[in-house]
Amino acid sequence: MLVAEQPSGAARRAVDRRLVRVVEKTPVADGVVTLTLAAADGGRLPDWAPGAHVDLTLANGLTRQYSLCGDRWDAHTYRVGVLLEPASRGGSAHVHRELEPGSLVGLGGPRNNFPLVPAESYLFVAGGIGITPLLPMIAQADLLGADWRLLYVGRRRSSMAFLDELSPYGDRVVVAPRDERGPVELAGFLGAPRPGTPVYACGPARLLAGLADVCAAWPARTLRTERFTAVDTGMPALATSFEVELRRTGRTVTVTPDVSVLEAVATAGVEVLSSCRQGTCGTCETTVLAGEPDHRDSLLDDDERAAGDCMYPCVSRSRGDRLVLDL
Amino acid sequence: MSLLETSAGLPVSDVDPFSHDVLEDPLPMHEQLREAGPVVHLSRYDVFALARYAEVHAALADWQQFQSAAGVGLSNFRTEKPWRPPSLLLEADPPRHDAPRRVLAKVLGPRALRHLHDRWVADAEQLVDEVLAAGPEFDVVPALAQVFPLRVFPDAVGIGQSGRENLLPYGDHAFNAFGPANDLVAKGEPRVAELSGWVGEQCRREALSDDGFGAAIWAMADRGEVTPEQAPLMVRSLLTAGVDTTVHGISAVLYGLATHPEAWARLREEPSLARVAFDEAVRWESPVQTFFRTTTTDVAIGGTVVPEGRKVLMFLSAANRDPRRWAEPDRFDLTRDPSGHVGFGMGLHQCVGQHVARLEAEAVLTALVRRVRSIELTGPVRRHHNNTLRALDSLPVRVVPA
Repeated sequence: MLVAEQPSGAARRAVDRRLVRVVEKTPVADGVVTLTLAAADGGRLPDWAPGAHVDLTLANGLTRQYSLCGDRWDAHTYRVGVLLEPASRGGSAHVHRELEPGSLVGLGGPRNNFPLVPAESYLFVAGGIGITPLLPMIAQADLLGADWRLLYVGRRRSSMAFLDELSPYGDRVVVAPRDERGPVELAGFLGAPRPGTPVYACGPARLLAGLADVCAAWPARTLRTERFTAVDTGMPALATSFEVELRRTGRTVTVTPDVSVLEAVATAGVEVLSSCRQGTCGTCETTVLAGEPDHRDSLLDDDERAAGDCMYPCVSRSRGDRLVLDL
Repeated sequence: MSLLETSAGLPVSDVDPFSHDVLEDPLPMHEQLREAGPVVHLSRYDVFALARYAEVHAALADWQQFQSAAGVGLSNFRTEKPWRPPSLLLEADPPRHDAPRRVLAKVLGPRALRHLHDRWVADAEQLVDEVLAAGPEFDVVPALAQVFPLRVFPDAVGIGQSGRENLLPYGDHAFNAFGPANDLVAKGEPRVAELSGWVGEQCRREALSDDGFGAAIWAMADRGEVTPEQAPLMVRSLLTAGVDTTVHGISAVLYGLATHPEAWARLREEPSLARVAFDEAVRWESPVQTFFRTTTTDVAIGGTVVPEGRKVLMFLSAANRDPRRWAEPDRFDLTRDPSGHVGFGMGLHQCVGQHVARLEAEAVLTALVRRVRSIELTGPVRRHHNNTLRALDSLPVRVVPA
């Protein structure tokens, strides 16, 4: 009896796993919608921890990063919150205007540059849409019985998302809409420096700069912040085929949109050992000799991505029409 | 073993997977459990067994419904006291699992190991030269498989030279302790306090060199990524899980190669297959045979509902030879792509040291294939029984130098 080791349709699923479908789109504040996303194949989504973000590759070719703000115990959906940026170069405008339940978007990550470190107490500071990465952190801190407080600033109450989800926490949460309470007094909220109390903040640059000033007197690495900058490589992620040259083998294969680089390379007779096939375990790490990978893994940090010298072909693809790999 | 079926359609078996008969040759039991159904009740221990690839893979990935914090052995930490403070990695769930895992994944990640590659290759070449200088016949287990990991890994962690002979018995007991309180556990108990004490000593910052994995873990504690209380237990995880497993993994791949001349020939032609060979051996022999989980809710598996709070025994070994997933699963075959085996687990508890294990095996295999034309068994192998590990005590071979 012959049994195929790759169940039929595996190629399809490998790529499907990197596609998510919008299953719900909900306005949650002025200019803010949440998207609930599910794997296109209905399976589990990759695991994540508070502070993680995903890269969403939109139909217009733009890739944007959004913090996950759902429930990690729900293995089948992600939730992100998206603010319509007035100066949007097409990312948030596309999300707000074009995406509807049923729309498909490309998925990269999740990655976590903003992990919650273990502590007995935390201070959280959110500015506007910066609340999104902090929501799951707060849920986790609360679950673990940590002592925590949140300062949530915004322009006005109606522009501040998730107030309903924060209200059960009572006076641990200070909601400070500027039109009601005026400019916020950060030093007053933070209080005296306390070793062992990390300060997690996400929000506009001015808020983070203000916090950095106040925290300068605190122990090193107390303040942990995240600020997204739109990745603008000048090259949208390819939704089309590209070529991969296997330098050592001396062959070139075409990677069509429906297969992973790993699978395309295997058809050329080059087996790259892999394991998780979702960009988390690192087994299939492959040296990149030329070309620019479109990184979709959960492993490389920004500096490692910028180095451009390796990729995980189980999920990552190409930004240009040619990659040269040391295979 | 006898197989019965309840009226609810749940197969029941009275087999003892931890008996010496089964540990000597578990393959017939694996097949029986696999063919009995997607889930089988093991009446002797009142646990639910999974032996098929799909179910084992799904349970490994599903940390939400199959928790580890109640212990990954037979003992249920909800009601029984663990024999040692639980592991922050293996015996923990999110969110407590997050920070220790994230830090160790970085410390043991492929990029962090690059600087070890050349040194370990040189160490392996030196060891293989020493072994071959003593003659063409030797026992792989004591001469190579036990020596190489013990030569390079404790140095990489950064522990001192003295007492390293404690590592194998400590690991052996830790892996026995995932099973029932049988004679294998009793055998280790007299030395538990002594060995645990020694291991605990090695995990202190002061006991570690300043450039190893141990120091890297402590540096992360200094940066607040983990707490100073977590750091020594994370070092302990390396010392518990990083030695016996690689010893048995290296034995397994050499067992496969010594009994499959075509595989050895292929590896000689293409030494870059060393990692594939190692992973194929991890699939084929599954040095870590089993782990338990505990259900956090009523879980439906293949038409049966496993109630909340019950122990589920996952046979990684049986999954790795499930004909539903693998063609000719009993064959050690270097033309196969072993990717996706569950010998290292899967999901967020997947072996965090797998890249270390692959690098060790690659170093040994690369050194051997350059120096040895062929390798064959000269006598029967002798099994080492452990409640969790599939291991060899003796693998006598003869080699023809290249």
